[in-house]
Amino acid sequence: MKPLLNISGLKTHFFTAEGVVRSVDGVDIMIGEGETVGLVGESGCGKSVTSLSIMRLVPWPPGKIVEGSIMFQDKDIVCLSEAEMRDIRGNDIAMIFQDPMTSLNPVFTIGDQIVETIRLHMKLNKKKALSRAVDLLKQVGIPRAEQIVNEYPHRLSGGMRQRVVIAMAMACNPKLLIADEPTTALDVTIQAQILDLMRKLKKDNGTSILMITHDLGVVAEMCDRVVVMYGGKVVEEADVNTLFTAPSHPYTKGLLQSIPSIDQEKEWLDSIPGNVPIPSEMPEGCKFAPRCIYAMERCQTEEPTLYEIGNGQKSRCFLVEEGARYDGNTIESKTS
Amino acid sequence: MQSTAQVNTQAAGPVRTRQSSPWRDAWYRLKKQKTALIGLFVIIFFIVVGLLAPVITSQPWDGQNLADKLKPPSAQHWFGTDDLGRDIFTRVIYGARISLWVGFFSVVGSIVIGTSMGLVAGYYGRWVDTIISRLFDIILAFPSILLAIAIVTILGPGLSNALIAIAVINVPTYGRLVRSRVLSIKEEEYVTAAKVLGMSHARILFSHILPNSMAPIIVQGTLGVATAVLEAAALGFLGLGAQAPQPEWGKMIADSRQYITAAYWTVLFPGLAIMLTVLGFNLFGDGLRDALDPKMKQ
Repeated sequence: MKPLLNISGLKTHFFTAEGVVRSVDGVDIMIGEGETVGLVGESGCGKSVTSLSIMRLVPWPPGKIVEGSIMFQDKDIVCLSEAEMRDIRGNDIAMIFQDPMTSLNPVFTIGDQIVETIRLHMKLNKKKALSRAVDLLKQVGIPRAEQIVNEYPHRLSGGMRQRVVIAMAMACNPKLLIADEPTTALDVTIQAQILDLMRKLKKDNGTSILMITHDLGVVAEMCDRVVVMYGGKVVEEADVNTLFTAPSHPYTKGLLQSIPSIDQEKEWLDSIPGNVPIPSEMPEGCKFAPRCIYAMERCQTEEPTLYEIGNGQKSRCFLVEEGARYDGNTIESKTS
Repeated sequence: MQSTAQVNTQAAGPVRTRQSSPWRDAWYRLKKQKTALIGLFVIIFFIVVGLLAPVITSQPWDGQNLADKLKPPSAQHWFGTDDLGRDIFTRVIYGARISLWVGFFSVVGSIVIGTSMGLVAGYYGRWVDTIISRLFDIILAFPSILLAIAIVTILGPGLSNALIAIAVINVPTYGRLVRSRVLSIKEEEYVTAAKVLGMSHARILFSHILPNSMAPIIVQGTLGVATAVLEAAALGFLGLGAQAPQPEWGKMIADSRQYITAAYWTVLFPGLAIMLTVLGFNLFGDGLRDALDPKMKQ
C-alpha cells in the first residue's frame, strides 16, 4: 500500500515549570491510502498530542515537536511554514472532535459555517458553495437539508451536530480524516449510525482515517490496522484481526481482557492494576513494567525496543525478544 | 449573515420555517421585561426629541431676552427662563442632541479601541497581553474623572475634546471585558475546529471570537452611554466640556447654580433630563444583560 502519512521518530515534548513532559516520545505510524488506522490508548498516553502534531497545532509554549518527521505525501509537515500548513488543514487533512456540542460556533447558522469552510479552500461563489453545503448535508444523511442550513447549532441534536461536523470535515474532500474520539459523546445507537456514515464516506471518497479512540469496540468495527500507545510510545502495532486474536503486548492483553463479553458472567470487570504514570514520573525501563503482571527484573532497568513479530505485528516487550509466543499459558508457566 | 440568508432562499427554495437565531431569542426575552422596555422607551423618546427639536419648539436655543430673565414656568415658557432670558424648555430639548451625541460616540470610540486591544491581548497573550493589560491598569489607577480633566486640560476645553477624554478613560472597561471573553472563547472547541479547517488567525479572531464576545460588549456599551452622559455633564459643569452658549445640560446646571434658591427651574429641568436619560440607559442595559446572558437562559 502506498503510504499517505508516515510519522517517524516523532517526539513532541512540553516544557513546563516542573520539567520536560515527553507526551509523544518517538512514535512511528504509517497510514496507507484508503486505510483506517486505529490509535488506541488510555487518557494521557499521547494519542491526542500525536494528532495535534500532525495538524501542527501543538500549543507553543509549552509544547513543541522536537524531533522526527511527519511525511504527508511528499511533504514533511514538521518543516512546513504556517501558511503552507493552513493550506493543508481542512483541505488535505481534516479533523473531527469528540464533542459535537461545542465544536460548532453557536452564533452562525450551519450553512454559514459550511460555506465558510468550503470557500476557504475552494474557489466557489456563495451560491455554489451553499448548494455544495446542502449536498454535503444530504450526503451525511441530514434530512431536510435545505432547511437545516438555515438553523443554528443549538436547534440540532448531538447526533445531527456530529453529522454536520463530519460534513464540514469532508467539505474539501480531504485525503486524511483524523477522528478524535468521534463517538464518545454520543449514545450507542447514534454511535453506530455515525460509524456507518464514516465507513460509507471512506468507501465513497477513498479517504484514509486515523481513528483515535479508547473504545476497542469501535476499533474492531472500523479499523484495518491498530496502533496501541502507552506512555508516549507505541507498544504494539498489528492488523485488527491479529490484535484481537493474538495480542502480544501485556498492555494490549489487559485492554482486551477489560472488555466485558456477552457470554461471561462476572461480578467485576477485569482491569489493569494501577494508573498511567504521571508524565514527569515516568519509570525507567519499560513504561508499563510497574503495572505489568509479567514484569521481569530486566524490565525495571532496560527499555525494550519495538520488536517485529512477523505479519506486520510489532511489540515493545522483552517477552517477544525471548521468543515467547503469547498465549496465556506459556506466559503463566514462564512467570511461575 | 443577512446576505447568505438571502442566497439561501434562492438556492434552496422558499421553504422557511420559524427562524430562531440567538439575537431573535434575546429579543423575545427582552420583550418580557417591563423595566427594560420602559428604559428603551425613554431612550427612544430622547432620541426623537433631539431629532425633532426644531419642530417641537420654534424658539432658538440661544435666543436671549433679558427682559424675561429668570421667569418661572408658564404657558409661554414651559420650563421657565434662565438668567439671560433664554427658554429652558428649548435648551433642554436641544441639549438632548449634545448629550446623546457625546454619550453615543464616546462609547463607540471606547468600544472600537477597547475591543481591538482586548482581542489582541487575549488572543496572542504573552508580552502583548502584558503590555496592553498594564496600560489598562495604569488608566484605571487614576480616578476616571481626574484623568478626564487632565486630558481635557491638555487638549483644551470643548465638547469634542470632552468626548475624546471620556472615550479614552473608558477604554479599559471594554478592553478587559473583551480580553476575558477571548481567553475563555479561544479554548472552545469550535475555535480549535476553525484552526483545523485551516483558517488564519485574523479570520478566527474576527469571524469566530469577536461575534461570540459581542453580547457583554453590547450590554456594557448600553450602560456605558449612561456613564458617558453623566461624565459629559460633569465636565460641562466644571466648564471643561461644552462651552457657552451651547445648551449642554451639565453646563446649564453650572451656569444657574447661583440662582437655585430663587429660580429652582433653571437647575431642576436640566437635572431631570440628565437623570431620565441615565435611568433609561441603565434600565435598558440591565434588561439587555438579562436577555443576553446565557447563564440566565431557562
